[in-house]
Amino acid sequence: MDRNTRDRTNDFVLKIATVNGTGSASANGLLMQAIFRMGVPVSGKNIFPSNIQGLPTWYEVRANKSGHLARRAHPDVMVAMNPKTYEQDIAETRSGGTVLYDSSWPLDEELLRDDVSFLGVPLSQMCVESFKGSRERILMKNIAYVGALAALLTIDLEVIDGILKEKFSSKPHLMDSNDSALKLGYDYVREHFDCPLPAHLENMDATKESVLMTGNMSAALGCVYAGATVGAWYPITPSSSLMESFTAFCGQLRKDPETGKNLYCVIQAEDELAAIGIVLGASWMGARAFTPTSGPGVSLMNEFIGLAYYAEVPAVLFDIQRTGPSTGMPTRTQQGDLLQVVFASHGDTKHIVLFPADPGECFHFSVDAFDLTERFQTPVFVVSDLDIGMNDWMCDRLEWDDGYQPDRGKILSAEELKDVQEFYRYMDVDGDGIPYRTLPGVDPKGAYFTRGSGHDRFGRYTEDGDLYQEVMDRLAEKVDSAAEALPEPEIIEAPGATVGIVTIGGCRGAVLEAIEELAEEGTAVDFLRVRGFPFAKSVEEFLLAHELNIVVEQNRDAQLRRLLILETDVEKKAVVSILDYKGNPLSAEVVLDGVRERLGLVPAVVE
Amino acid sequence: MSQTAKPAVRHPSLKRNRLGLTQRDYEGSMSTLCAGCGHDSVTAAIVQAFYELEIPPHRAAKLSGIGCSSKTPAYFLKEAHGFNSVHGRMPSIATGANAANGDLVYIGISGDGDSLSIGLGQLCHAIRRNVNMLYVLENNGVYGLTKGQFSASADVGSRAKKGEENRMKPIDPASLAMTLGASFVARSFSGDKRQLVPLIKAGLSHRGFALVDVISPCVTFNDHEGSTKSYAHTRVHGHEVVDTDFVPLRTGLKAEQDDGQSTSVTMHDGSVVRFRSVDEGYDPTDMNGASAHLKELHGRGEVATGLLYIEPTSLDMHAFENTVDQPLVEVPFEKLCPGADVLSKLQERWR
Repeated sequence: MDRNTRDRTNDFVLKIATVNGTGSASANGLLMQAIFRMGVPVSGKNIFPSNIQGLPTWYEVRANKSGHLARRAHPDVMVAMNPKTYEQDIAETRSGGTVLYDSSWPLDEELLRDDVSFLGVPLSQMCVESFKGSRERILMKNIAYVGALAALLTIDLEVIDGILKEKFSSKPHLMDSNDSALKLGYDYVREHFDCPLPAHLENMDATKESVLMTGNMSAALGCVYAGATVGAWYPITPSSSLMESFTAFCGQLRKDPETGKNLYCVIQAEDELAAIGIVLGASWMGARAFTPTSGPGVSLMNEFIGLAYYAEVPAVLFDIQRTGPSTGMPTRTQQGDLLQVVFASHGDTKHIVLFPADPGECFHFSVDAFDLTERFQTPVFVVSDLDIGMNDWMCDRLEWDDGYQPDRGKILSAEELKDVQEFYRYMDVDGDGIPYRTLPGVDPKGAYFTRGSGHDRFGRYTEDGDLYQEVMDRLAEKVDSAAEALPEPEIIEAPGATVGIVTIGGCRGAVLEAIEELAEEGTAVDFLRVRGFPFAKSVEEFLLAHELNIVVEQNRDAQLRRLLILETDVEKKAVVSILDYKGNPLSAEVVLDGVRERLGLVPAVVE
Repeated sequence: MSQTAKPAVRHPSLKRNRLGLTQRDYEGSMSTLCAGCGHDSVTAAIVQAFYELEIPPHRAAKLSGIGCSSKTPAYFLKEAHGFNSVHGRMPSIATGANAANGDLVYIGISGDGDSLSIGLGQLCHAIRRNVNMLYVLENNGVYGLTKGQFSASADVGSRAKKGEENRMKPIDPASLAMTLGASFVARSFSGDKRQLVPLIKAGLSHRGFALVDVISPCVTFNDHEGSTKSYAHTRVHGHEVVDTDFVPLRTGLKAEQDDGQSTSVTMHDGSVVRFRSVDEGYDPTDMNGASAHLKELHGRGEVATGLLYIEPTSLDMHAFENTVDQPLVEVPFEKLCPGADVLSKLQERWR
């Protein structure tokens, strides 16, 4: 069906263009939450600048009855509140769509398009007349456009009212202003325009088992549930909310009931070098410790990561990726750190990495990461990105098994040390490549010297090449042996498909949506999403079983493709790329265009 | 080169402390430093201090960065866990370890290269957090392992072995620490065990970050004429501002009657540090006065030694962080994981 004529009920994209620092974020969150409470699957993507106040910012809401919630280009409804970006916002609106703008000032006629409806609402003017003080007028303008949209999209006013009441339960005086602002927009639109728009909402029942959460929030909660006690960090976008969430959860859930003191210790370090050092010190001591950061932070941590790998000190690192290199675009998303984390540090290293696709997986992988790092005594990365970490996602409710016990790996207690004739830290006693470790302060017999300098299997300093190599070879085997212990790849197969699409992380939604559309067009493709590194055997099997593998990822240098070629027997020419690295969450259009081009398909739909 | 253990043979007449341990039990493996290195004397002082304080060796954690000084934790307390980390980053390892388990005795060994250049930031922030540890800075004004380059503590006019003269002003760790609000600052000389051992003991008993800057000459690269960190120069220009004695808790004060000329400070653990001002009016509990006096001596080319500053009741990192008294590593998992019911209720807010 032509996308221009198909039914837009519970299937549309709404984009709101505002100015950073004007309070629009809470209004936009309110809209999204209201749609969610109407039972309609919804997602929200915040496209924001690295700025406190004044630069343009956007919020994209996608409502989709089939549950496709990846970003989608060309909004059906554009709320244009920022004259500085009118031109691009109007140009981007889908043909047949609607632009809502503030008609307190006239719109330049040159910007008008014949194929788009323009609805002018004098939001500023109405707010100036109804509210006092410039700050309130600015803030209430946001709520007024929510009211206007409630009329145009048929959002249940009672639902919005309910959310506002929860929000302002402690500040009832704010409730009055919000209520009247809401009504200003709502009434004006009802009076002047035909409601609803073709793109509008109807109550559904598809969100009952879901929650709205960000990946940073759920990853932080995973740290709480895994029993992490020491966290160290240096503030960096887009990872800061992970530690802020951890601190907030702990403030609520981790107080000693008797003394009110903290059963956790969060240290804001002087830089990322210190943050990872604190994590290593705490892990060495036997605590579960972690640090959240982003690409630039991982760059700084490289030396310590090498030490942790070589001296076999556990550590959990969250890399919430943003666009690089260097400072890059700090508030935009990317998957540009894959190669950096996999081989972080000078010298020969290789690290265990988990790649969650959404906040639900962030929670579970976070718990897995602590088990894996202690089991394999090596750093473990959880690599997410700005889109997963900071945007609100609709996810299945998180479940917890109360029977869970942390996997502490091979730690010898004082009791167990009694039976050991002589303890050697780096001896492969069990033949699985994983030595036993001891914790400081437990027993004199367990003492050893942790060092990043050359050491033999006894833990002694060495410059003997053979003894050095013995340890290095065991480390390589140890990390490789983790491959099958990691979350297995997600594979969805279509009958008769000879082409496979391989992807990673937050690209999942857009790729699955594209695969569904391709299937509707008669092209069947298989799907594999990598969830861990080192790659499981099934990743190689998938690659070898397909004539062509199309790797979809968000970086310039095809980092996942390179890793697949490096780590499996797949032939280079059997792996091609679709790359998207402009900094926005991936949309299905990019995948569709790419696949069609590579397969020589003629699109069935012309937009 | 490899690591050499010391022979375990003991003379039966060796004295034992109340844990039944001899001083030899507080030693480590053989030193691989140059013969006559000041650092080996510091190691010996550390061994003596731990022995006399009767600290069970395995209840200590010893940490270091990179450099000659940072090798020395291998040479003492073989029954303690040691962590030889990366260059200039020992303070962060110590911070994390202490956060996880505040019950152990922490000793960090660093040098002037490790602490005052590559690791200056971490040193400052460990001071600022007041991490409960003894931080021994073995200061010789020179990079040893890379063969004789000036460090940031080299004095103006000091000459390198090859004749080059340093013209940049030195970073003085003691003055720096005082500026940053450190709670315990001392300086000594590796060749003066009488002064060094009580300072190490006091530093170990102090609750908070205790910096002991030890002038510890490098016999190979910085002990020649023209060096201001040589044995000879330090002996002549070292200037004790206070004479310090450490009285452990168990001894009590009875045997150590106040002679009217000394002042006592009671430490967090109840032990007592007694000091007698050598320079008239020097008061190590007065930060401003102490700083001014240090500067004055420095201007005369003298090196102030002794317990330079102490604030015995300072708040340490765990106080700032309001952590439970029990070490975090000993808190059972059941107390850390909120469980399924809480998770389910928590998520009601996210709808």
